[in-house]
Amino acid sequence: MMPVDEAGVVAAIQAATTPLRILGAGSKLPMLRPVQAPASLSTAGLTGITFYSPKELVLSARAGTKLADIVAATAAEGQHLIAEPPDWRRLLGTDSAGTLGGAVATNLSGPRRIAWGAMRDHVLGVRAINGSGEVIRSGGRVLKNVTGLDLCKLLSGSHGTLAVITEITLKVLPAPERRATLVFKGLAPNAAVAALSAALGSPYAVSAAAYLPAAEAARIPALAWLGDSVTLARLEDFAPSVTYRSDRLRADLAAFGAAEMLDDAASLSAWADIGDVLPLAGQGEALWRVSVRPSQGPTVLAAVQAALPTQAFLDWGGGLVWIAGPASPAAHNAVAAAARDAGGVWTLMRAPDTLREAVAVVPPEPPALARIGRHVKAAFDPRGVLNPGRIVAGV
Amino acid sequence: MIEQPEPKSDVLAKRDAIVAGLRRLLPPTGVIAEAIRLKPYETDGLSAYRQVPLAVVLPETTEQVAEVMAFCHAQGVRVVPRGAGTSLSGGALPMADAVVLGLMRMNRILDIDYADRCAVVQAGVTNIGITQAVAQRQFFYAPDPSSQLACMIGGNVNMNSGGAHCLRYGVTANNLLGLKIVTVEGEILDIGGAYLDAAGYDWLGLLTGSEGQLAIVTEVTVRILRSPEGARAMLAAFTSNEIAGACVDSIIGSGIIPVALEFMDRPAIHACEAFAHAGYPLDAEAMLIIEVEGSTTEQDDLLARIRDICTQHNPISLEVAKTAEQSLAIWKGRKGAFGAVGRISPDYLCMDGTIPTSQLPAVLRRIGELSASYGLQVANIFHAGDGNLHPLIMFDANSAESFHKAEAFGADILKLCVEVGGCLTGEHGVGIEKRDLMGVQFTERELDQQRRIKSAFDPGWLLNANKVFPLTAALRA
Repeated sequence: MMPVDEAGVVAAIQAATTPLRILGAGSKLPMLRPVQAPASLSTAGLTGITFYSPKELVLSARAGTKLADIVAATAAEGQHLIAEPPDWRRLLGTDSAGTLGGAVATNLSGPRRIAWGAMRDHVLGVRAINGSGEVIRSGGRVLKNVTGLDLCKLLSGSHGTLAVITEITLKVLPAPERRATLVFKGLAPNAAVAALSAALGSPYAVSAAAYLPAAEAARIPALAWLGDSVTLARLEDFAPSVTYRSDRLRADLAAFGAAEMLDDAASLSAWADIGDVLPLAGQGEALWRVSVRPSQGPTVLAAVQAALPTQAFLDWGGGLVWIAGPASPAAHNAVAAAARDAGGVWTLMRAPDTLREAVAVVPPEPPALARIGRHVKAAFDPRGVLNPGRIVAGV
Repeated sequence: MIEQPEPKSDVLAKRDAIVAGLRRLLPPTGVIAEAIRLKPYETDGLSAYRQVPLAVVLPETTEQVAEVMAFCHAQGVRVVPRGAGTSLSGGALPMADAVVLGLMRMNRILDIDYADRCAVVQAGVTNIGITQAVAQRQFFYAPDPSSQLACMIGGNVNMNSGGAHCLRYGVTANNLLGLKIVTVEGEILDIGGAYLDAAGYDWLGLLTGSEGQLAIVTEVTVRILRSPEGARAMLAAFTSNEIAGACVDSIIGSGIIPVALEFMDRPAIHACEAFAHAGYPLDAEAMLIIEVEGSTTEQDDLLARIRDICTQHNPISLEVAKTAEQSLAIWKGRKGAFGAVGRISPDYLCMDGTIPTSQLPAVLRRIGELSASYGLQVANIFHAGDGNLHPLIMFDANSAESFHKAEAFGADILKLCVEVGGCLTGEHGVGIEKRDLMGVQFTERELDQQRRIKSAFDPGWLLNANKVFPLTAALRA
């Protein structure tokens, strides 16, 4: 089903007697667990930007609006989506870059997340339909709002299991006038993360920080010429600031080597590819994301490399580890163990259905929290019709 | 006066046994039950409301909090969490049959990690205490509510506190990584950690701003940031609210996001100037304080751009600080605003709605009309970048009529905020103050959805049950 208005979503949910698979354009379906449902409900028919006030930094759009359309609309006003939501067509083998609703429902953010927050941090308001077919609004169209429980955040990243988001209001910001990227060549992971930590701990507002081993860097056109592992720190601001800060940062980080510089165009291209996880597109049968404290990134990298044949790299200053490897329970357990041992969490991002159905795609919660989670699910969707089993089997 | 839930008669009847039970769980000074010593806990920053609690407990560890919660849960006793008691919405107002759970003795900083840019602190650490602990390395904790000298991080988490620098650095929710919480049943849970974006439901986001309705927060992992090289302010004054509002639009429209963008109306300018002698232009109808960050050169560049924009709006006064001292002078009046209004009128209500910034001139005009019809003075302070409006309504607390008029005036302002597309509260929280206005912003179905989430965490409605949600029949009974 692909209703063209909110009333259609309400009707579809109210009429459902069996589970519904909830999706936008379906661009994130390879993530997490497959949903066994006789019918699908897509929000892709709910399209259009309904409100955009650049001077107030606020944009509203229906959930099915293509992310690309929103990116284009903000770019026309010299603004951008703060969390840099990625385009994972090549990574996940889907044919759409996705919808705004999908980007929010999965709370997936790009490289800027380390400095400027996740998708969920910029969701000012939502309209959503719960599992009983009721319209639920939370937040609004203002930048500061603490009225009632924050369902904007709860629904962001809930993968359509609590309610079907029909309209979203976002905070947007002016796009930077200029970008530049410092590149340190040939660092080992520990030194790389130390450099990124120093960069992120500098007063120069570094807006992205990543480390790619040589093989992974070679798959990014803007980085391949460097011919080695790369440690990258991005600056974005007014042009004079970027020039000034680049010079200062190069001097402050001289202990890590002489930094090469990527200019505005190369920075745009390189960071888009990093956010899109291009180095791991087409690599391995399974793909994981591990989130840890940044200094533990190299430990996770070493642990999975020792256990499996992998391709992997670090974003978010070392705190986000992307891993491609074989699709086996043993490989999954090795990734999960590496994440757990480093005090972090994992998400299975892509794998054959047999593996996705067999393993915990995210870490199991302690029993008391899992119980609260089941009660919260029931509080939204008492009949269990919305995307059951998407994150956790049976919920 | 706002209605309170009916006290549980069985709990009141077994008060002595409850106090004795609590004394078995905590060190001798950790339980307060004597009338004279309960008095300081009867109110918070919204001092018009008062209620002495059944008892106060002051645990020192998460484990003690868990034991108190398990005990209260088993006894069916309501619990009201409390930090420094600075809530302006009555978030910590006790109930006659409730135990106030004060977190102020949990005031230790447990870990600071500069490499990973985070710190783990107990709930009773003050907001400024975090920044002070990391200032030696030129780091800071970003959210800076006006009460930051006193207010505690546990309270900040529960109210999702903001501050003057939200436009650049976000509110509390945007600066947290993890929590340690105690459930109503007394179970200890870790939410998130020193990493970003935990898998599964965003419990961290839901708990932040939940006003003590869902769980007790005992530890917080916050992000700490490197301080900018420097910051400097400028002041621009205009002949009307409309022009000042248009100037704000032009600044944001130019692509500049100042770290602070504060608006004061004529009564606020006069009150602050009389108090602080900051040199504010008394002939202005509206004034902006604009702050930028960076190196001296970067500040010069940004301030020059902003000055050019302001000049296009025919300011009657334009003053760009050349030094940090001049910046402080510009901020001096604004920072003393509450004291300044307090000098004109010993009692005032500080309201806290948010409006779309484009609506500012219309909203201020309407507030002016309401001020005249209620016969009460009001001064408006506004975080112009993010739309958070703080009207300070002056009244005389010795007159019940004056207080009721002030409350009605405040309610009218908040309804107006919702009417123009805004919300009831931008950073102070709903608390007791705005509880009965929730129906202005939400449908009954939406409130029921939120109530069901509370019930998922707190099935017996023992946690802070007199706040946030309009009372249901079950609580009145």
